[in-house]
Amino acid sequence: MTATLERPIEEAPTAAPTLTKVVGGKTVTMTPEQADAFGRELDAIKERVLADLGERDATYIRSVIKAQRALEVGGRALLFAGIFPPAWLAGTAMLAVSKILDNMEIGHNVMHGQYDWMGDPALTSRNFEWDSACPSDQWRHSHNYMHHTYTNIVGMDRDVGYGILRMSEDQRWAPYYRGNLVYAFVLMVFFQYGVALHELETERIRSGEISIADKREILAGIWKKVKRQTLKDYVAFPLLAGPFAPFVFTGNLTANLIRNVWSYAIIFCGHFPEGVQEFTIEETANESRGQWYFRQLLGSANLTGGKLFHIMSGNLSFQIEHHLFPDVPAHRHAEIAEEVQEICERYGLPYNKGPLPKQFATVVSKIIRLARKPR
Amino acid sequence: MFTQALKPRLRDRVLRSSLVDLLTGPHGVDRYTELVEPTWTSGDARAKIVAVLRDTPRSVTLTLEPNTVFTAASPLRAGQHVTLTVEVDGRRQTRCYSPANAEGDRLIELTIGVHDGGRVSQHLYRHAQPGLVVGLTVGGGDFVLPAERPRRILFVSGGSGITPVMSMLRTLVAEGFGGDIAFVHYARTPEEACYRAELAAMPGVRVLHGYTRDGVGDLTGKFDADHLDAAMPSPGRRAGAERPGNDLAIFVCGPPALVDAVREQCPVALSESFVPPVFEVPTEASGGLVSFADSGVAVTDDGRSLLEQAEAAGLKPESGCRMGICHTCTRRKTSGAVKNLITGAVSTTEGEDVQICVTAPVGDVALAL
Repeated sequence: MTATLERPIEEAPTAAPTLTKVVGGKTVTMTPEQADAFGRELDAIKERVLADLGERDATYIRSVIKAQRALEVGGRALLFAGIFPPAWLAGTAMLAVSKILDNMEIGHNVMHGQYDWMGDPALTSRNFEWDSACPSDQWRHSHNYMHHTYTNIVGMDRDVGYGILRMSEDQRWAPYYRGNLVYAFVLMVFFQYGVALHELETERIRSGEISIADKREILAGIWKKVKRQTLKDYVAFPLLAGPFAPFVFTGNLTANLIRNVWSYAIIFCGHFPEGVQEFTIEETANESRGQWYFRQLLGSANLTGGKLFHIMSGNLSFQIEHHLFPDVPAHRHAEIAEEVQEICERYGLPYNKGPLPKQFATVVSKIIRLARKPR
Repeated sequence: MFTQALKPRLRDRVLRSSLVDLLTGPHGVDRYTELVEPTWTSGDARAKIVAVLRDTPRSVTLTLEPNTVFTAASPLRAGQHVTLTVEVDGRRQTRCYSPANAEGDRLIELTIGVHDGGRVSQHLYRHAQPGLVVGLTVGGGDFVLPAERPRRILFVSGGSGITPVMSMLRTLVAEGFGGDIAFVHYARTPEEACYRAELAAMPGVRVLHGYTRDGVGDLTGKFDADHLDAAMPSPGRRAGAERPGNDLAIFVCGPPALVDAVREQCPVALSESFVPPVFEVPTEASGGLVSFADSGVAVTDDGRSLLEQAEAAGLKPESGCRMGICHTCTRRKTSGAVKNLITGAVSTTEGEDVQICVTAPVGDVALAL
């Protein structure tokens, strides 16, 4: 829902302190007055875009949906002829692209409430369900509310390491984290299940803070969704293909794997590349709206690329704009990114961006570095 | 004959099977079939516009072919309304209209009066064209002919209020009604009077036109006792009967002023008004805590409807008519007392569905929204 930005951020009783962060060896500061002015400039962009929403946005999302459904039907049909290698390859690729579009440009963005203004029940955030193991209602809580509100606050934003990885110096090291790279790899391969288990808060269960019984409802929701997704991709569609079942099975498995790896890469490049900042609970106590924007900016990183790349990333390649304006339709981010960047320059704020291979390499090196015991 | 009946049923059975539901999950089969043919849905009642007529300068007549979901719903009786959903600049808008076609017709005919500043009516007047697909659901309503037809029937309508009357007239003509029918219709000018030619040729119906702005009609001025006498002498009043018996029915549909004028002469007239009634706004807000539980938002009651208060809090609940008839905005009230702004009735039932556009809080209220 739109609760993320609309959520009233408590005004500081006294003037909030000047924020200071060291980004890439350079000290970045922002006084409370600067933060207010910065926030007002960003608010103005958001208001302008929201006032302009209309038919163009409706047509855009519907055309993406149409393409996704066509790719899905076509891909599944081709997989039925999967005994011929070209058909298997094309079918798997089409199904993978369809699942990526479904999860990212459609699912993630619709569930953010980016299209709620249309009043179409099929595109309403609280109705939408995606082709992923994670139940959408749980996602909306853990992602839209928790992650987008408390972005990069270590100890509050569970997307910092997902309760499995050490992704920040501020997370205390333990011998368990020696396996950081292994866990990260396993998470990549099974990403949709990792996302599905997010609301289970396994780290709190492991530490004994809560018991599995406390999560019975969450678990039931996950099980219900996982069961249907598994039945669909790994039982029903293969059986329908009769003797060609193995081709459909492996095609679906591969398509899911491709979607997992791709979405993992894009998402890890959103908050974990070198230079992205984490925050402490103390640092962010009583933050103003402008300071919330400051945290969103410093806690996110963009990916550079062409139009098709942006669509395939669900426009999460504009992670900064997405975190500043989570309920603005994501295909609009490209149009406002230049302006956001110009504002950041004026305030002397870093705007982290780079191509996918470079950004992802810094993420991997961070995973490896943080596995080691700090000296 | 047999195969014709079997075909759609078999198709529907396949489409609604749990296997197809699994295979098309999580979106559901409609989200695929609608891309082939927008009206081909098994859950959403929709219709395709097959003809558009701009008969008068201030109205547009749409002929709609409803899909099977609409036709499978409880049949629409003459005089009842439907809800039409259309997208204007990417945003869904829902309005209620009374069809003008005879009861039982396969095609639905809507004549929509253009209102100044009316988003939907202006949009349809300018842009409606054959092929456009709209949402169309059976609405209902009590503005209907009695099952046992009276001997004499008087209809009075103003402006676009003519449509339910046309539906009843066409239905009566089609069933070969043998009694007396009189119809008084008010329009601003002769050019703006819808269905003039058809009414002039309608057998067995005494039609009287009144024009409120320009042009000479059969009647002058606003509805009064003289107009009543001209249309149907002694409609039960002068015979001393306060209530017309089974032999007479009076229907009025139009702006509130016309409805009031008719009811002054004939208190038992069955009426329908298209203009939203003015709510009696509570003189003071209860000041209770209104919590929209699903959104995690709570506000202090300011006396307005739950819908307006939710919107003021930045939420975007679905809504339609905003006058309490289409049920688009219905939400579950989990606790607290609420007041219906139309009837003034206060309800304290736990866990009841309320139409939030016409419901205001009385004290603390929790809503699943």
